[in-house]
Amino acid sequence: MTAIPDPSKKGFKFSQLLYDTRYRSMTIQIIALFGILLFFGWLINNTASNLATLGKPIQFKFLGEPASYDINQRLLDYTSRDTHLRASLIGLLNTLILAFMGCITATVLGVAIGVMRLSKNWLVARVMTLYIETFRNIPVLLWIIIVFSIMIETMPTPSAFRSGEASMMLYDSIAITNRGVYVPEPLFSRSLGDWNLFGTSSLRFGISLDLVVILIILFGGIFASRKVKKNADKIQNETGMRPTTWWKRLSLIIFPVAIILWILGLYLGYPELKGFNFKGGTYMRNSLIALWVALSLYTAAFIAENVRAGIQAVSKGQSEAAHALGISSSRTMSLVILPQALRIIIPPLISQYLNLTKNSSLAIAVGYMDLTGTLMGITLNQTGRELETVLMGMAVYLAISLAISSVMNWYNNSVKLVER
Amino acid sequence: MVDQSFVRTEIVPEKPAPLSQAGIIGWFRKNMFSDIPNTILTGVVLYIIFMVLGNILPWVFSPTWNSVSLTECRSILAEIGRDGHGNGGACWGVIRERWLQLMFGFYPSELYWRPVLSFLLLGVALAPVLFDGVSRKILFFTAVYPFVCFWLIWGGSVWFPISVFIGFIISYFGFVIGNKSAGSLIGVLAAIALPIIWWFILLSPINSVLNSILPLGSEAIESDRLGGFMLAILIGVTGIALSLPIGILLALGRQSDLPILKGVCVCFIEFIRGVPLITLLFVASTLLNVFLPPGSNFDLILRVMIMVTLFASAYMAEVIRGGLAALPKGQYEAADSLGLDYWKAQRLIILPQALKISIPGIVSTFIGLFKDTTLVSIIGLLDPLGLSTNIRADMAWNGILWELYGFVALIFFIFCFSMSRYSMYLERKLATGH
Amino acid sequence: MKKSAFLGTLAAATFAAGFAAAGTLDDVKAAGELKCGVSTGLAGFALADANGVWDGFDVAVCRAVAAAVLGDGSKVKFVPTTGKTRFTALASGEIDMLARNTTWTFSRDVDLKFEFAGVNYYDGQGFMAPKALGVSSAKELDGATVCIQTGTTTELNLADFFRANGISYDPVPIETNSEAQAQYLAGACDVYTTDASGLASTRATFESPDDHMVLPEIVSKEPLGPLVRHGDNNWGDIVRWTLNALITAEELGVTSANVAQHSSEAGKNPEVNRLLGTEGDLGGMLGLDKAWASRAIAVNGNYGEIFEKNIGVNTPIGIARGLNASWTEGGLIYSAPFR
Repeated sequence: MTAIPDPSKKGFKFSQLLYDTRYRSMTIQIIALFGILLFFGWLINNTASNLATLGKPIQFKFLGEPASYDINQRLLDYTSRDTHLRASLIGLLNTLILAFMGCITATVLGVAIGVMRLSKNWLVARVMTLYIETFRNIPVLLWIIIVFSIMIETMPTPSAFRSGEASMMLYDSIAITNRGVYVPEPLFSRSLGDWNLFGTSSLRFGISLDLVVILIILFGGIFASRKVKKNADKIQNETGMRPTTWWKRLSLIIFPVAIILWILGLYLGYPELKGFNFKGGTYMRNSLIALWVALSLYTAAFIAENVRAGIQAVSKGQSEAAHALGISSSRTMSLVILPQALRIIIPPLISQYLNLTKNSSLAIAVGYMDLTGTLMGITLNQTGRELETVLMGMAVYLAISLAISSVMNWYNNSVKLVER
Repeated sequence: MVDQSFVRTEIVPEKPAPLSQAGIIGWFRKNMFSDIPNTILTGVVLYIIFMVLGNILPWVFSPTWNSVSLTECRSILAEIGRDGHGNGGACWGVIRERWLQLMFGFYPSELYWRPVLSFLLLGVALAPVLFDGVSRKILFFTAVYPFVCFWLIWGGSVWFPISVFIGFIISYFGFVIGNKSAGSLIGVLAAIALPIIWWFILLSPINSVLNSILPLGSEAIESDRLGGFMLAILIGVTGIALSLPIGILLALGRQSDLPILKGVCVCFIEFIRGVPLITLLFVASTLLNVFLPPGSNFDLILRVMIMVTLFASAYMAEVIRGGLAALPKGQYEAADSLGLDYWKAQRLIILPQALKISIPGIVSTFIGLFKDTTLVSIIGLLDPLGLSTNIRADMAWNGILWELYGFVALIFFIFCFSMSRYSMYLERKLATGH
Repeated sequence: MKKSAFLGTLAAATFAAGFAAAGTLDDVKAAGELKCGVSTGLAGFALADANGVWDGFDVAVCRAVAAAVLGDGSKVKFVPTTGKTRFTALASGEIDMLARNTTWTFSRDVDLKFEFAGVNYYDGQGFMAPKALGVSSAKELDGATVCIQTGTTTELNLADFFRANGISYDPVPIETNSEAQAQYLAGACDVYTTDASGLASTRATFESPDDHMVLPEIVSKEPLGPLVRHGDNNWGDIVRWTLNALITAEELGVTSANVAQHSSEAGKNPEVNRLLGTEGDLGGMLGLDKAWASRAIAVNGNYGEIFEKNIGVNTPIGIARGLNASWTEGGLIYSAPFR
């Protein structure tokens, strides 16, 4: 038996690579791949020869050297003798906390403004339109600088508290100054201490065991209260009578936490005016607050537009049906309209979160030490390692962006309407 | 028959609505005081408006237009009994003295007509794209405009932009001839290779010959003299105009069936969209020269334009991809059934429609890019914000803050607001089309 | 569409710049202008006025080099650089020299591969505080909030100073001087620290300068000077000796007023003659002509004149000569001899 000869083998001509649609796409791709490889080779070759001329081969040794500069707002312990790597880590955490806080407030504000934009109250709707247009049409960098300047010029200085021109709020517990906001901090007299990870290396960080214990007990309480609720549901299903359980559920959550707080010896450390500044309590720098406020307000204007579009896309029949059922208009919004609008709102919301995170790199304009200020700022200036620092910085931002978009896409898929 | 009760034979005339429902009072009741929460809301908003205006207006109305320094402003304000600079009133002298600088940077003042003219011509060039009912013949001018604009702003020999333009004509004929004689792939290759040979090998000797025969040209302007809003507009417009072709190619690549091409396009788009613009500007200011052949050197503005173009093209690609996805599948099938090849189908059927519905998206990308040009102040270019810092370093105006920021914010608002209104108008127009 | 303009400019720029294989001197001569990196705006040192004309103490050094090399002090292209971009700009050849109050340090000289052509201003980091604060020494600043202008060695010196004295502080890093000044005046920081020269010029612009004082401590040595790339010694020599010529001219009494007269014929002082090229050919050894130094002096005057005109006591900046007096008057400004 003879095999059937492959027709293409018999009459294969090179011109088929160009004219035969079976092969042409391969040809195009190979040419493109070749071109791209050539381009990257050219870039790498240029870089190598330029770096050789400058006498600065790529190396990351500088990350292990002492940073020699101080950082004012930090989540982990840090001194000027720590390494550049640790300084960058502090910067990265500062970026993340700013982005996290910004996303939350921007969402809350954005939803509120988007809803109010559709308010029946003419004045409120107009003011919200004005707000949205003003914030959307002026660059965010300008907003950051303006908010920062307003804070510096209008808030009282710490010395004004001494002379009595300004006073602390809420029974001497909160001080708002033009350097930052000081609030009381929870402290424990019988603290369990920290659980230190990574020894004394640059990546070291401590986890507060107090916090871990409190969280465990809190979640235990929540779990128990859900049990009670399920039980009540069951009784209701069987007998039609629902036992009153709210006090049981509440006390299951509150009492254990209160007891553990008492065991740990909770007290509040109040900020006090000592020397030049307030001491004690937790402290949020005005640069962080200005960025937080400016980024939230700016992004909220965009989110508000998305929310408005989402709400208007929900068919009018839905709200009419809700009214026909006698549901009040505020509950119609929260129970009927918003859950449906959410599906339309979430995809653009993801890109707003990404924008906010990327815009947080403008912190450099007000001296907040985020990743751009540490790794791509002072570390770059002091070590002169532009290539390494900028590429590392870009890689970290890329990783953050990809992480945010994958988490949000996962969430989006989980709330998406399942079509049949 | 029982006598019927009275039956009215004519219609009762309409009565005016009750006073509480009609006219101004009714409108107020309906729109601002319909129930208690609404009334409270109205009250709160009115109070906020009153507070904001009450603080800002006295500051804005300040008779300091003709002052020549902050010190003079302070004395003027003190004379009329206001309390110093900052709270008492604005110092508008700085705007009077420097507004031209904020607009044009350090462009020679006797040549201001050149950027103004190129800005006006930009309007003419864009008219056929932005508005219907404008003669399509102007599209020819749109194609020539970039070269005219380049020559107007940077000046120098007139032969340079002309010979660069000739490169495109060569590219076109290369495509047509290659296509006729050896098929579309050869045509495309010829369209790419021939102009590259022209630009990089033949252009500069031919230019120098032309210059020595007929030295036509205008005064050349160094790009470090560009600044202010002119620079912002220039970077924004260049970024968008250049990113359009790149964005179209990236979008087509991302939609294509060729896995390698698709992968490269997706990687590029996601990379650019994943990093902040400021890091790309750092690349422009510190790294781009390292990536290029040893010894090559362009000035910072050009490097910024390159990076901004790459940045914008990733966003543009996504906008155009949206336009491509919004086209009904029947359009693609119709093109296939007519036997058109890929490029013909794209050129004649798909892209014209996809681009048309992408215009609102393109306009909002432009607004975003235009606002983002303020970031170049961080790497030391003299855009409006960078110039504000520069002006504040001047002895006479040291300590000025809100006047400059306010002015810059106002101009940005005017530009961006009008563009966003145009985009909304366009969206409405497109919406009625379907 | 617009691609062409872009590509064209790109091509033009590549060709115009050529390949910098030849020496910097040849490049500068071929380009017909000196590309000089300066700061983006620091009153007295480098600042562009409303017409874009640059002026200042650092700018004068650029102009002197341009005059020596090209014969015209106005043939300078000033490239504003930030703390971040200045070294890359110099290393990549975007600028031929950097005259932007840059501190001469070991790592910049050795690790970053630059050559400092000398010192044109001896500075040191100081502190400014409102008199109302009631401090008389920087060592009393425990717990204070300190505004720092970033991008220089300032933040490192500050960290070292407070660490060495065992006191704490709260740093507020700020990019530009005008921003830092706004924060300081609003009381967002207790003290402001930067180079003492910067403090003096900042204080001079305050509404009421007498309410503020510069604390006595100088916490660092900041020799500021122009710099060039490693590897082109001839170009480094030209910048170094142009600066030296300005310094020597002050020492020998050659000013912008009398330089033309001294240059026209050999005088009695042999060093003046050597400097101005009426005797010997020092310029030829640099690859320049004989009159290089006389042109450099003529454009803005000698070192003393430049100082007095831009930052001296009679200007709004009002800095006394101090350390920057000529060595003959007890200062540190000293030039190697022209021989």
